[in-house]
Amino acid sequence: MTSRLSAITLNTFREAVRDRVLYNLIVFVLLLVASAPLFGQISIGIERLILVNVGLSSISLFGAIIAVLVGIGLVSKEIEKKTLYTILSRPVRRWEFIVGKYFGLLLTLVVNTTLMTVGLYIALLVTAHGLKRADALLLAAIYCIVLQFMIMVALTLLFSSFSTPVFSAIFAFALFVIGTFAEDLKNFAAVSQGAMHWAATGVAYLVPNFASLNVIAQAAHEQPISGNLLVFNTLYALLYSGAVTAAAVLIFERRNLK
Amino acid sequence: MNLNRTATWIRALLLLALLAGSVATRRHVEHLRGSQATLEEVLYLPSGKTVKNLSLGYSSLLADIYWTRAVQYFGAHHIQHAADYDLLAPLLDITTDLDPHLIVAYENGAIFLSQQRPEGAGRPDKAVALVEKGIRNNPTYWRLYFTLGFIHYVDRHDFKAAQQAFQKGSEVPGALPWMKVMAARMAEKADDPNTAGYLWRAIYETTTDKDIKQTAVKHLVSLRAQADIEELERRTQAYEQKFGKPPETWSDLIRAGLLRGVPQDPNGAPYKLRLDGTVQVEDAQKFPYLERRPLSQIK
Amino acid sequence: MHAIEIRGLSKDYPVGFWKKKLRPALKPLDLTVEAGEAFGFLGPNGAGKTTTLKLLMGIIFPTAGSASILGRHFLDPEVKKKIGFLPEQPYFYDYLSAPELLDYYAGLSGMEAAERKKRIGTVLERVGLGDVGSKHLRKFSKGMLQRVGIAQAIIHEPEVVFLDEPMSGLDPLGRHEVRELIQGLKDEGKTIFFSTHILSDAEALCDRVAVIHKGELRGVGVVNDLRSNVAGKSEVIWEGAHTVAAVSDFLSESHVTGETVRGTVQNDDLDRLLEKLRQQRARLISVTPLHGTLEDYFLSKTREKETSTR
Repeated sequence: MTSRLSAITLNTFREAVRDRVLYNLIVFVLLLVASAPLFGQISIGIERLILVNVGLSSISLFGAIIAVLVGIGLVSKEIEKKTLYTILSRPVRRWEFIVGKYFGLLLTLVVNTTLMTVGLYIALLVTAHGLKRADALLLAAIYCIVLQFMIMVALTLLFSSFSTPVFSAIFAFALFVIGTFAEDLKNFAAVSQGAMHWAATGVAYLVPNFASLNVIAQAAHEQPISGNLLVFNTLYALLYSGAVTAAAVLIFERRNLK
Repeated sequence: MNLNRTATWIRALLLLALLAGSVATRRHVEHLRGSQATLEEVLYLPSGKTVKNLSLGYSSLLADIYWTRAVQYFGAHHIQHAADYDLLAPLLDITTDLDPHLIVAYENGAIFLSQQRPEGAGRPDKAVALVEKGIRNNPTYWRLYFTLGFIHYVDRHDFKAAQQAFQKGSEVPGALPWMKVMAARMAEKADDPNTAGYLWRAIYETTTDKDIKQTAVKHLVSLRAQADIEELERRTQAYEQKFGKPPETWSDLIRAGLLRGVPQDPNGAPYKLRLDGTVQVEDAQKFPYLERRPLSQIK
Repeated sequence: MHAIEIRGLSKDYPVGFWKKKLRPALKPLDLTVEAGEAFGFLGPNGAGKTTTLKLLMGIIFPTAGSASILGRHFLDPEVKKKIGFLPEQPYFYDYLSAPELLDYYAGLSGMEAAERKKRIGTVLERVGLGDVGSKHLRKFSKGMLQRVGIAQAIIHEPEVVFLDEPMSGLDPLGRHEVRELIQGLKDEGKTIFFSTHILSDAEALCDRVAVIHKGELRGVGVVNDLRSNVAGKSEVIWEGAHTVAAVSDFLSESHVTGETVRGTVQNDDLDRLLEKLRQQRARLISVTPLHGTLEDYFLSKTREKETSTR
């Protein structure tokens, strides 16, 4: 089982790399290189703040875009192109296929993020002429971004297992936006009554909570991030993406393919 | 079907277990973060203008979201009679930067800000700044001058500034003539409790926010009680002048023809007559805004 | 133990606006294939051949019925290690090279890394792709892709190989080579189940065939037996174009080139034709008996109305 899983994972990663997904790093570097001096001209003394904000936001945004653009095709492309036929004729279980694809895209994002992190630290070194203790906080923020990716990949994979790419993209983006405002949704649920209250609460918990996973602002302003929070955020990301992947498996195992 | 039922059940149960686990964990995370965590991020936001630019054309929607957060924030603190409302001003600032024409944010937000603690943030200065920003961005909306005048009168006791606000507001085309009347009252009868009563009544009738409505009711009730008490004390004084000593019970006044029945406060409880002839409400807590003016000032 | 045993396998698709009606793509199918056989699954387009193969591979799920391969349930993953599948007009990951694809697939089929290394080169040579190197599949022609398809179907040394229209889209040279490959597999003792609508290929390669039409099995049997069932014909060639009108009643086909006429006649009518030609003073060149063809059997089975028995 593990050899099949790792084979599918690595092949998915290989596909992303050969599809030139990693070229987004070039844009990232350009952005970093341009932003600090540009903004630094406008207000002195916040170069580091700007760099961190631009850097972390880009890591998050570029990763989200990759998660969606690659994620929506993870399963649907293989069905469209019928490359699945020769896979299914082999001893690969359908759930192994789904899980392998999940880890393949996640691996791609982790590699992408790692490279971007290195780039960010280099940029910090250059502009701030040295690193501070607070710069270690960035790692916590980036870790949380990766946790967000875990959830995003699971969601796009879920949609890909039953929907066409266009719809998958729409649902995925919609969920990401709603997830950012998940706490507002809960507040809304809190003030409504009766059936509306239960419906809103249900939706609020079904939707991923990206707000609590977003610690970019704290990292930028050098506020400490509690270790306890990181532990439970990790647990949340694992459980939620596990649930979503289980749903993807349930759906995919039942599908009559074209 | 390819999969047997057992396998399906296992997967379905796994799905539910993971989902339940995720909900439980999430609640814990949210508990760890505290209910204000998302709101506190407003302190880290760059200037309103930058946020507006970053919102890529969705600034109006974002303004609505921030306004909703401001209302929730205020409501939650209001109920708890919290000591401070630190995030209120930044939230309102961001809201009005994102959508300068969101009138309700100025009108209601300013009142949240200006009210004394613990009813409100107790920052009339910030409230004035907010309303003036609103007037700059919406010069034809005369009701904001009313809000401005209200804050100057009620919370800052700056009658001159209040009068100027009502005056300017009355000059805006379309303003109700009532604004001119209020301007005049500010000039001549600033001390009259009825003036405050008019203002609070106007707030009560026009506001869309239920917290503000409730506050207005509390003020009106207190003003009513105040007027009652002053009138009753005038009558006890009259009694004292006539009979040489203050009345001991309400029956004394009734027998003297100065009163028709036992006077009741707006809540229905009878007023208390004290030995020195002053009058009190039975439960002072129900009248938090009751002010006592010295007898000498009562004409 | 049969190599392949299909019992009552059927597939219906819900159609119509409300998805209430059922369209049978495959009516209950009973079929067995013995080990080492080359079995042809024949039928016109849309007959249900590909549906049957998709069911056997687990790409779609049956409405009813079951099957076993090499004695185990057809969807048992252990069994999949021993089967190979070449889908119709296959498409593979175009960003991989042929060796990479084979390595990936062989790994998924349970082959160890060392063994894969040994086999990949050999198999590529065998299918005629020995010199493709690290070219990405994106750049392969249709014929080359078909060969890759065969390669991936046999790389893990399966016992049973399923081929869906293996010759489709190939030029005559390609078809010849694929035919040779299949013959080679047969010689190795593999069981071959291949679906096609090109009868000459089936005739050349298969021991037994089944004919399927409109989702229903119409006939099964050994190729030779089926051929000789159909009444034989002969081909007669003579000179004397002026005779054609007189003899056209006897002929099922005729071609005239200059003075030479080539005609096909049922064996029962042969004597009368020859007599007629003699009367007409035609110059006889040759009389050649034609064997009954599979095509005749095929046509007879596919022209019948739907039957409930076979």
